[in-house]
Amino acid sequence: MDTLVLLLVTGLGLGALYFLVASGLSLIYGLMGVLNFAHGAFLTIAAFLGWEAGRRISDGTWTGLAISAAVGILVGATVAVLTEVLVIRRLYERHIEQALVTVGISLAAVALFEGIWGTDPIYTDRPEWLTQTTEVLGARISNDRFLLIACAALVLGGIVLFLRRTRYGLIIRAGVENRHMVTALGIDVRRSFTLVFAIGGAAAGLGGVLASVYYGYVSAHLGSVLLIFAFIVTVIGGLGSLTGAAIASVLVAVLQQFANFFLGGTGDLVVVVLLAAVLLIRPRGLMGKAA
Amino acid sequence: MNATTLRLLVGGILLVVALAALPLLAIDIPGVLPGPTYTPGTLQLLAFALLIAALALSYRMMFGLAGLLSFGHALFFAAGAYGLAMTLEAFGPSDWPSPVVFVVSIGITLVLGLTLAATVGSLALRVTGISFAMVTLAFAQAGSVLIRRNPSGATGGDEGISLDTTHVPAELVGVVDTRNLYWTALGILVVVYLVVLWVEKSRAGHVAEAIRENELRVRVIGLRPYDVKLLVFIVASVLAAVAGMGYLLLQSGAAPRIATADFTLTLLVIVVLGGVGARWGAIVGGIVYTLLDQRLTALAGSDAIAALPDVLRVPLSEPLFILGTLFVLVVLFLPGGIAGLPGRLATGRKPHPVEPEEAVDA
Repeated sequence: MDTLVLLLVTGLGLGALYFLVASGLSLIYGLMGVLNFAHGAFLTIAAFLGWEAGRRISDGTWTGLAISAAVGILVGATVAVLTEVLVIRRLYERHIEQALVTVGISLAAVALFEGIWGTDPIYTDRPEWLTQTTEVLGARISNDRFLLIACAALVLGGIVLFLRRTRYGLIIRAGVENRHMVTALGIDVRRSFTLVFAIGGAAAGLGGVLASVYYGYVSAHLGSVLLIFAFIVTVIGGLGSLTGAAIASVLVAVLQQFANFFLGGTGDLVVVVLLAAVLLIRPRGLMGKAA
Repeated sequence: MNATTLRLLVGGILLVVALAALPLLAIDIPGVLPGPTYTPGTLQLLAFALLIAALALSYRMMFGLAGLLSFGHALFFAAGAYGLAMTLEAFGPSDWPSPVVFVVSIGITLVLGLTLAATVGSLALRVTGISFAMVTLAFAQAGSVLIRRNPSGATGGDEGISLDTTHVPAELVGVVDTRNLYWTALGILVVVYLVVLWVEKSRAGHVAEAIRENELRVRVIGLRPYDVKLLVFIVASVLAAVAGMGYLLLQSGAAPRIATADFTLTLLVIVVLGGVGARWGAIVGGIVYTLLDQRLTALAGSDAIAALPDVLRVPLSEPLFILGTLFVLVVLFLPGGIAGLPGRLATGRKPHPVEPEEAVDA
C-alpha cells in the first residue's frame, strides 16, 4: 500500500513538471499550429537564471526559492516573447519552417548554455523542508513533490480561469477552434499568439525552477529531456487540448513510475508503448478534436 | 536519352571517378582538410563526410520528396550500426567461412532494419504533419534509451559497442586500409544516390510528390497516400541503416550519440542547410557540415579563440551554437538552402518557400 502511494505521489509530482512544459506547447500548437522545439530551451535558461538569482540573494531558503521562481517565470516569458516576435512571426503561416527555426534555436541554445555553465550538472541548495519527507498513509514522501503538485494545480487553474473568464482567453479559445474565422471577424490572432507564447514561456520558466528542485540540479540538458516527454504528453492528450495535456501528464508520469518500480526500470519504454497504443486506437489523442 | 541527361550522367561519372582517385593523390587544402588526401586521418574524415551525405540523401527523400518531417531518422542509422555490430558478435567463432558470416550478418541487419522501419512507419504514419514529427521523435527516443540502458550487455551502454573484427574482411580493418573504407563509403553513397533516384523517378515517387503538394487530391483520385508514404519511409530508413553499417566499419564501433534526438536534429539541419529542393543539396550539406563541424571544433580549441574576451569566446567555442545560428539564418533568409543559391543568384528572385505539408491533422 505504502509503495503504491509513494509511486502515485511521485508520479503526480513528475506529471506536474510534464504539465508545466506541455501546457505551453499544446496551447501554442492549438492556436497557430507551431511545434515549438525551443520550449525546452526556455525552461533551461529560466532554471539557470532563476538559480543564479536565488543563490546570490539567499541560498537554500524560501526567499531564495521564491526569487528563483519569480525570475524563472519572468525570464521564461521574456525569452518566449522575444523568440516569437523576432523569429517565428517572420515566418507567418509557414508551419514547417517555424518548427525548423525553433530546432535551430534549441540546438544553439543548449550549446550556448554548455559554453556558459559547463556540461556537468550544477547541484542546487533547497529550503530544508523540501529535503524532508512527510508520512502519508504509511509512505514517506519527499516534500518537494507536494510543492510541484500544488504549483501545477495553480497554473492549471490560472490558465483555465484566464481562458474562460477574460476577453483574451475567449479570443484564444476561439482561435484554437477556428483561427481563420476569428481573423475574418477582424481580430488579430497574432497578438493573442504572442500572449500565448508569454504564458507558455512563463509556465515553462516555473517548470524549470521546479525541475531544479525536483532533480536537485540544473544542467544544460534539463529542458531537452523534459521536452521529449512533453511532446509525448501533448500527442497522447490531443494537440491543442489543455485538459488533455493535464490528464496525459499524470497518466504518463504515474505509468512511468510504476513501470520503473515493477517492471525493472522500463518506464521510458512503457511510455512509448502507451504512445503507440494511443496512436493505434485513437490517433487524435485522448481529448483531441475529431477531424 | 536527351543531351542534358547525357551531360549529367557523364558529369556524375567523372565526379565519382575523381572522388575515387582522392586516396591516390596528395591534395592538401589547409584550413579545410587536416592533411593531404592520402593520409588515413583525412581519408577517415572524408569517408565520414560521404556517409553523412548518404544519410542526408536518404533523409531528403523522405522530407524533400514526400514531405514527411521525421525526427526519428537517427534511429535507423543507429539500427544499422548497432544491428551489424551485434549480429557479428552473436556469430562469435563460427564454422562458416568469415566472408559468408560477414555477408549473412549484413543481410540480417537489413532485414532487422526493414522490420523496424515497417513497424515504426506504419504506426507513425497514422498521424500527419507535426504530430508525425513528434511521434517519430518519441520512437527514436525509445531506441536511444534502449541503447543506453544496455539490455543484457548487448549495446555497451554509454561506452558504445566496438566492432568484432573476427569475420570482417581484412581489407576493411586497420588504419592502413582506411582507403578501402573510404571507397566503401563512396560506394554506399553511390548506391544510396541510385536508389533515391530510382524511387524519385518511379510512379510511387511521383505520387509521393503529389502527396507532398496536396494529399487530399491524391486521395480523391483514388490512390492511397498511406501506402506510398510507408514505402518511401521504409526505403529511406533502410538506406539510413546501410549508411549506419558503413559508419560501424569506418569507426570500428558505434557510440550511443548516433541514436540521440540531437543527432536527428543535426541531420535535419544538414538537409535544410543543403537545401531540400535538390538531391545534390543534401550531399553538399552533409559534406560541408562534417568538414565545418570538424574544423570548428579544431578552431574552438585554438589559441586565437582562447585569447578572446568571454562574450565572444564562449559562443565561438561551441560549434553547435554557430551551426544552430547559421541554420536559423538560412531558414529565415535563404529558404532554398545552399542548393537554392545558384537559382536565386541567376534570377534574383526568391524561390517559392517549401511547405511540404499543411500542419492540419486529418
